[in-house]
Amino acid sequence: MSHLLVFVLLSILKVAVVTGILLTTVAYTVLLERKVVGRIQNRWGPSRVGPFGLLQPAVDGIKLFLKEDLIPTGVDRPLYIVAPIIALACALISVAVIPFGADIQIRGVHMFQITDLNIGLLVILGVTSVGVYGIALSGWSSNNKYSLLGALRSSAQMVSYELALGLSLIGVVLRAQSLSLRDIVNSQSAHGAISWNVFGGFQFIAFFIYLIAAYAETNRAPFDLVEAESELTGGYHTEYSSMKFAMFFMAEYANMVTVSCVATLLFLGGWSSPFGNLLPTPHNFFFAAIAPVFWFVLKVFFFLFLYTWVRGTLPRFRYDQLMGFGWKFLLPLAILNVLGTSLALALH
Amino acid sequence: MHLILFFIFGMLCLAGAINLLLQRHPINSALSLIVVMASLAVLYLLLGAEFLAAAQIIVYSGAIMVLFVFVIMLLNAGVEDLTHGSRAAYVVGIPGVFAIIAVLTAFFFTHRADFGTITLGSYYVSTAGISRLLFRDLLLAFEVTSILILVAILGAVVLARRDASE
Repeated sequence: MSHLLVFVLLSILKVAVVTGILLTTVAYTVLLERKVVGRIQNRWGPSRVGPFGLLQPAVDGIKLFLKEDLIPTGVDRPLYIVAPIIALACALISVAVIPFGADIQIRGVHMFQITDLNIGLLVILGVTSVGVYGIALSGWSSNNKYSLLGALRSSAQMVSYELALGLSLIGVVLRAQSLSLRDIVNSQSAHGAISWNVFGGFQFIAFFIYLIAAYAETNRAPFDLVEAESELTGGYHTEYSSMKFAMFFMAEYANMVTVSCVATLLFLGGWSSPFGNLLPTPHNFFFAAIAPVFWFVLKVFFFLFLYTWVRGTLPRFRYDQLMGFGWKFLLPLAILNVLGTSLALALH
Repeated sequence: MHLILFFIFGMLCLAGAINLLLQRHPINSALSLIVVMASLAVLYLLLGAEFLAAAQIIVYSGAIMVLFVFVIMLLNAGVEDLTHGSRAAYVVGIPGVFAIIAVLTAFFFTHRADFGTITLGSYYVSTAGISRLLFRDLLLAFEVTSILILVAILGAVVLARRDASE
């Protein structure tokens, strides 16, 4: 078979598998959150549907499909329909550059990454920036003052924390000398856990800035003022029902998964094992292919659990506290981190 | 392949720009401008400037246009009324524009051997290359531009404050 045909077929296979796994992960992250927040609040989460409530996401999906799809009369129809599409598309596109396994290739095609770009990290930042439009346009087109206020607040919050997010990643890029995500992981997997960027790379400040900025980017607690029911009657997704609301919902959780994947790749060593070279490497091909994926999934699961844990524990920021924190504390701290890292590298 | 992509995204860019002029509601114009910025990013990619394409998306589509959309939403700018310009503008303007375009096209066509050619897809500029250019060869221009932007920000803050205190 010609090289082009192999490339196209393998790419379609990878896209189908990764998208399927991502959407399933999104559905079960909702269940994880409901159960973990429930346990934090000393109650069971969903536990009736299926064993331990494991069929709850399937039932929720059916419910959202079958709900009546209302479109209020005063909305700006093209924008109203396009906004959730933009939000979900941007959330799903970011996973195209994320490597989740070792560098195993079949006829030149990377098997554990959909595409290996030289500027992979910038693509994720760019797609996150464009995702702001999904929220801004949904609030605008809803013809509802609460939606507009929620959308404007959310857009301002996301744009403000994007700066701290981008700057916190520069330290990692300086150490790895590359913007390609695979190169960044390879540069920190030499000695196991002590060579990960958060420990041996001394990027723990950048790690915490990234986590906080990412919580604000994804509009999650404690920065979820814009969609808390008690604040703005639902914010930008007040007027949405059924599938469009489901798309916003999925977009939020898919963004969470993407952010967790990027945090894993940049700070926790991606798919490399924390034991490094201590354990003898078995020469079984399947083990060499599956073990990195297992470590990656474990670390992403840890970050998703951390998201849910923080949601159940911390109270919400007020809007002026939120903006002040982003501009007056995180941004200068991120700039200082870049200065410190470049100074350390220049003097080394 | 590259030529097909160039035509598609060039046409998209032009369509977005013309749509920006023809739309009456400012928010639709702003969204057309976002399409123009994104198409430009693809054209940069075709010329091999990968960092510049990413920066175009992040900075232009993702920050500057968000600011435009923000302002339009905050000011609640409504649908604009089409004003009918003077007849002289119609009589002289439209034929004038066509005449200029015809003259330029004729000039470019007859002198096309002097312009040289480019091959799309045969160039590549790495991020390291751009940073070497910005921070080593053109460092003075970079620093002066940074100070210029700082002055612009300070000016905006001062102007906004004076309006609020009056």
